[in-house]
Amino acid sequence: MKYQSQKIALVYFAVAMGLFAIQVLGGLLAGWIYVSPNTLSETLPFNTVRMLHTNSLIVWLITGFFGAAYFLIPEEAEREIHSEKIAYLQLAILVIGTLGVVVTYVFNLFEGNWLLGKEGREFIEQPKWVKAGIVVAALLFLYNVTMTVLKGKKTAITNILLLGLWGLALLFLFSFYNPENLALDKMFWWYIVHLWVEGVWELIMASILAYLMLKLTGVDREIVEKWLYVIVAAALFSGILGTGHHYYWIGTPAYWQWIGSIFSSLEVIPFFAMMAFAFVMVWKGRRDHPNKAALLWSLGCATLAFFGAGVWGFLHTLHGVNYYTHGTQITAAHGHLAFFGAYVALNLAIFSYAMPILKGRDPYNQVLNMGSFWLMTSGMVFMTFVLTFAGTIQTHLQRVLGDYYMDVQDQLEIFYWMRFGSGLVVVIGALVFIYAIWVPRKELIERGAAETPAE
Amino acid sequence: MSDASAIDDLPGELMMWVLIVSELLVFGGGLLAFMAVRLTDPIGFAEAQSHLYRTGAALNTVVLVSSGFLAACALAWRRTGARLKARLALVAAAALGVVFLIIKGAEYAGKAEVGISYETHPFFMFYYLLTGFHAAHVLAGVFLLLLVAWRDQPRNIEAGAQFWHMVDLVWVLLFPVVYLLA
Repeated sequence: MKYQSQKIALVYFAVAMGLFAIQVLGGLLAGWIYVSPNTLSETLPFNTVRMLHTNSLIVWLITGFFGAAYFLIPEEAEREIHSEKIAYLQLAILVIGTLGVVVTYVFNLFEGNWLLGKEGREFIEQPKWVKAGIVVAALLFLYNVTMTVLKGKKTAITNILLLGLWGLALLFLFSFYNPENLALDKMFWWYIVHLWVEGVWELIMASILAYLMLKLTGVDREIVEKWLYVIVAAALFSGILGTGHHYYWIGTPAYWQWIGSIFSSLEVIPFFAMMAFAFVMVWKGRRDHPNKAALLWSLGCATLAFFGAGVWGFLHTLHGVNYYTHGTQITAAHGHLAFFGAYVALNLAIFSYAMPILKGRDPYNQVLNMGSFWLMTSGMVFMTFVLTFAGTIQTHLQRVLGDYYMDVQDQLEIFYWMRFGSGLVVVIGALVFIYAIWVPRKELIERGAAETPAE
Repeated sequence: MSDASAIDDLPGELMMWVLIVSELLVFGGGLLAFMAVRLTDPIGFAEAQSHLYRTGAALNTVVLVSSGFLAACALAWRRTGARLKARLALVAAAALGVVFLIIKGAEYAGKAEVGISYETHPFFMFYYLLTGFHAAHVLAGVFLLLLVAWRDQPRNIEAGAQFWHMVDLVWVLLFPVVYLLA
């Protein structure tokens, strides 16, 4: 660790991993409710479990991004973070907001209250006071890192990272705008949901991946930056108008079907470029970095993101296909692999890289960490296949033959059992990862460590 | 990049090439979709197409190609040091871009007058999407040409001309497929 203020990342990563554990346990419970629908139906209804599963996912991913920014910006800008105090205050606000959300959802407090009640728009259900808190925290964060970068060295990696994080915060402002008209409501809702994960988050992903490649492979910065710019251009070009693939059936004009189909088909390109980038860098790289776990997660991230976000996204993005598959288990398959590949694996990659440095025990227990990679990845890939098959059958029975929704659900039971099994493997993998990061002591691995010192 | 030399040998900005390839994919995809949907209703498409103002579109082709020629000349002149001549050529190219937009605007106005909109027939939805999206690029190109006439380093002019030729190329593909193909 070159800069003292990089330590801030440690607390952010700790909170992120805590929420990660809660998120996957919530997912496991939701998976169990699929096979045994009356579980907790009175105390903790399925919609609440799902809300906790998706909300905690987003919160821990963003907390991880914040931590990653606090970790890599001092190194890139070659100076300490502007204010450590602000960074901790920001985290405190986020944690209080998160606790507030959990309590509000679980006990359904303040139903209908303008300020305190949950707002009932999928994924942005947070009560208004929490939303305001998120904005304050985001402003504190942006002020803090922007000041750091402005006073320090500016690199392509920090520029793109800041662009992504600024975009993330500004787009969230649309959560305060809730039009009466349901079609308009949905239209602006996608400004957050889509333009986050298929827009600005891709910038964050590309820049963090570029940082990891720079450190792990030792390829020249100039080459990494060239790739970074191409990836970012392709992501924004396809992603912004790609929003149209959510505008097929919400009451918007029909031309969106073509705008959405054409632009969103191109969204595969940045994900393919990221995968190509990661592998080409590793092949070209001369450095044999000892942190093999971080490298495995980085390559895994780029590969799974290509399949989960790219291929599985394309699978149902054309409006002619989506007309039948919309909202079936196909969507769930895509959602799981895309989030896992693109953003979960990205966070776990930067955790795997940064934590040994932050805890001063570099290199450390990598075998266990890599084992958790294979557990989580195989579990998630199996789940994706299972849900894809379930979705295909569901599409045919429900949308083509016109069978009743609940009758079709009965037909899918075997798949839901297999999904629960694969979910269990993912949860075990997640817990092994957290254990591998925090518990084992220093463990030196000889091969590779002697050649080039870790940075 | 495994084949860095090939990419380094590209004339002009790499990012401009990324943009050009992306644009060609979008317009190519749009034209492909247009022709695919056309297969489902050839008679309706032919009937709708007969309402288009072909002379104006042909005139616009001449306008845009001439404008592209001027942009190409500007780069050559700038490289030989004829700065003022190059700037004038760029402004003239931008002016022809505006002429294109005026003719296009008249065409749209004519359609609106007889009550044709994007909802009239799938043909017109594609017509408005493709030509409208292209017109938006012409507008952007006009600003870009004026920008590089002002900031007239050769590499800037080259990037502006690259973009403008892409706009040209797209029109040359749109014109026969949308207006002429029977």
